[in-house]
Amino acid sequence: MPETMKPEILKRSKALSVNPLKTSATLGAALAFLGFRRAIPMLHGSQGCTAFGKVFFVRHFREPIPIQSTAMEQVSAIMGANENVAEGLRVLCEKSQPDLIGLPTTGLAEAQGTDIHMAVREFRAKYPQHAAIPIVAVSTPDFTGCMESGFALAVRAIIDTLVPEAATAGTKPGRRRRQVNVLAGSALTPGDLEHLKELIASFGLRPVVLPDLSDSLDGHLPEEEFNPLTIGGALVNELATLGDAAATLVIGASMDAAADLLRERTGVPEHRFQHLMSLTAVDALMQTLIAISGNPVPERIERQRAQLQDAMLDCHFMLGLTRFAIAADADLLVGFSQFLTAVGAETVAAVAPATAPALDHVCCDRVAIGDLEDLESMAREREAEILIGSSHAVHTAQRLGIPLLRAGFPQYDRVGGYQRTWIGYQGARATLFDLANLLLTLERGEIHPYYSRLSPRPDEPRQHTH
Amino acid sequence: MSMNRKDIAALLDEPACAHNQKAKAGCSKPKPGATAGGCAFDGAQIALLPIADVAHIVHGSIACAGSSWDSRGTRSSGPTLFKIGMTTDLTEQDVIMGRGEKRLFHAIKQAIDSYRPAAVFVYNTCIPAMIGDDIEAVCKQAQARWGTPVVPVDAAGFYGTKNLGNRIAGEAMVKYVCGTREPDPVPAGIERPDFKVHDIALVGEYNIAGEQWHVLPLFDELGLRVLCTLSGDARFRDVQTMHRSQVNMMVCSKAMINVARKLEATYGTPWFEGSFYGVADVSQALRDFARIIADPDLTARTEAVITREEAAINARLEPWRARLKGKRVLLYTGGVKSWSIVSALQDLGMSVVATGTKKSTEEDKARIRALMGEDAVMIDDGNPRALIKIVHEQRVDCLIAGGRNLYTALKARIPFLDINQEREFGYEGYVGMLELAKQLCLTIESPIWEAVRRPAPWATGGSAARAAAESIIADAGAASAAEVARA
Repeated sequence: MPETMKPEILKRSKALSVNPLKTSATLGAALAFLGFRRAIPMLHGSQGCTAFGKVFFVRHFREPIPIQSTAMEQVSAIMGANENVAEGLRVLCEKSQPDLIGLPTTGLAEAQGTDIHMAVREFRAKYPQHAAIPIVAVSTPDFTGCMESGFALAVRAIIDTLVPEAATAGTKPGRRRRQVNVLAGSALTPGDLEHLKELIASFGLRPVVLPDLSDSLDGHLPEEEFNPLTIGGALVNELATLGDAAATLVIGASMDAAADLLRERTGVPEHRFQHLMSLTAVDALMQTLIAISGNPVPERIERQRAQLQDAMLDCHFMLGLTRFAIAADADLLVGFSQFLTAVGAETVAAVAPATAPALDHVCCDRVAIGDLEDLESMAREREAEILIGSSHAVHTAQRLGIPLLRAGFPQYDRVGGYQRTWIGYQGARATLFDLANLLLTLERGEIHPYYSRLSPRPDEPRQHTH
Repeated sequence: MSMNRKDIAALLDEPACAHNQKAKAGCSKPKPGATAGGCAFDGAQIALLPIADVAHIVHGSIACAGSSWDSRGTRSSGPTLFKIGMTTDLTEQDVIMGRGEKRLFHAIKQAIDSYRPAAVFVYNTCIPAMIGDDIEAVCKQAQARWGTPVVPVDAAGFYGTKNLGNRIAGEAMVKYVCGTREPDPVPAGIERPDFKVHDIALVGEYNIAGEQWHVLPLFDELGLRVLCTLSGDARFRDVQTMHRSQVNMMVCSKAMINVARKLEATYGTPWFEGSFYGVADVSQALRDFARIIADPDLTARTEAVITREEAAINARLEPWRARLKGKRVLLYTGGVKSWSIVSALQDLGMSVVATGTKKSTEEDKARIRALMGEDAVMIDDGNPRALIKIVHEQRVDCLIAGGRNLYTALKARIPFLDINQEREFGYEGYVGMLELAKQLCLTIESPIWEAVRRPAPWATGGSAARAAAESIIADAGAASAAEVARA
């Protein structure tokens, strides 16, 4: 992995966030729960938190999204809302007997001082008949962190609640010698996870991905016409088997705390990757999979590697020295900036919505914690030529007069953004082609006519000049 | 929380709203674990965001603005400031240290310095409401300091439903904005002895996808000057003059009925409820303006315009009507749209087999019965499973509903038309009917429906599918044989 100098991190300096880049930690947590089968997140807050979140995900994934609310209103906002939690849990349990209920808190609940774990205990005491239904509560107020951190906190809470200690459960690393656990950060799309599972399986291994958005929000048409819960995802009862796996792969530095806890609980050896978006990063994954499985890299994948190398040759003419502006959560920002550096491009403007240790690995001299307005002024000042960001960056790109490659959350003005595969040799190749094609539309380097003052031709119409 | 229970109760107790006739006290409390729909903040923001030259600042932590900004289909003919998302994005430190007010104060200054807005609207949200930020005081102080109007809209999410938020927003406009400026004079050379210009206003019209621009040319032609639309394609200075309107039209929504009523109480402005969806309703709305203004010249011009426009649109709709005739529709939308769209669909020769009435008033329901007959199927419970069941039972050709039900419908392989505020097409006015017809044909007649319902040939039960496919081929063969025979 190319390690350059640590970037300078510019702290937020404005009172007003203009064209926000940040998606709340609460929604990040909800997304993590949506990666489990027969699950439903219920946000502890007022109903608007959930309504907005639902629309946000519906527009991005173009799927019905199961999500509920504890519906705090005036009285419970002031007098305490533990009853709302208990009542909401009861309704969900009775209505649909989910395999998992996720219970992320919102800023309202946290500011009120909710003890969400106590609220769950109260529910357990009051309704013992639902004791078998797992409930994972997690504190994710939107005034701290961003989508990526909320997602990671939820994964950690799931492990904390549902993965038993090796000593008590009697699990033993390597007992299931083909099983590989994958802790996947929020930067990975359903398309990424699908590809990752195929890669792992091609080595004769059996991936268990947590959370598995590629099975729940990959946009498939199920037989049943309506489902009140997620229609796919990681199996909750498989969480008890994580301790028997041969290895754990951790993708994205945001998953570090969750990975620490899983290792502590189970003792399963782990392999951490910042991202899987570049040739180097994927090579490292391949070597890891060879070591775990004892099998060689399949020919098909070797061919894909050679194809990526060829694409890098073809595209370096367009991408080399091109000035990029990127707005994304930390893991994705790290991945893109390293990927671009590896093909000779430069990241001249980098903005993340919230601070994270991973930002030290962004290949750019400075990273701003901020919004799309910050990105816009940084990109303008440093003459960025192309932008990478969510659909919210469309207007930013328009004002800057440069093209946009859509990545991250939300993507609502295109179809299939959620299914885009960025990782692996194949994903990297597709990204290269797309970026190169965007740059080709700019007709960069075209020489415009020069009209001599000394020998004017006033009878000829002038072509436009820049 | 600066808005107290009394204020909220007063807003819920809307005398002009037919919901209030039953002992329902306005809108019911949300149920934990079984709720859908937005909060008061959502409603307030939706009601006012289309005012294009205003800086709309959401005071709160990120979720409120972060999950909702830049998501509405409303259009502006000029400024695009309203599309810039702004929020104070409160941090944990702000909450703990009580720095929210200070951050808001500076945020207002930053918005004014960077964007020179005509005004700043500050939307309150749950956290500042609970920790006790006094946004009204901050707004007042900011306005005094920087000379730009700063309007507090105190509609934190937990105060109640989206509908309540609409009302709070309307209330803020009446309280802080209406009546602060006089309208400009009518430009010279337009008025003649037989052509007098009358001022009107449209309340609850949001210019989704620019659909208002289908109707405005007609008003111009008739000499009806729209002083203000609350709030589609509006400017702050329009809202300031709204009190001078001679007639207000409540467009397809009870949500801001309090605005029409208060303007009537304060300035004596008469108002009526109407719709711009469907040929008959557009004509009716034009006639209602003429009737209330009671200018004989206007009445004569109105009738002439209606005759001309109806003839023109009916001719253009003819081919579409032939394609849509007899098609069965299930309409699942809120409140007033439950009847205003019914008449538009009936205009197209379609049969509306059921309509959603969850948010409709008794008065709305009476209109539905008048339009659809006494046995009209009214759906109170809008859960997706029930909707799908009715679709099958009633052999529905198309479900018309809001975007949040879109993918539910598609999973159930049901043709769908989006009718809510996120949609990308405008259906208002005579011309809007053409777009509506086109969009309906586009989904109903699409070849994909057969393809997505067909099981894979190798799937279990594949022999049945294969048999069906073979019989289709056989039919095709027989048909071509018949053609040969005819030849």
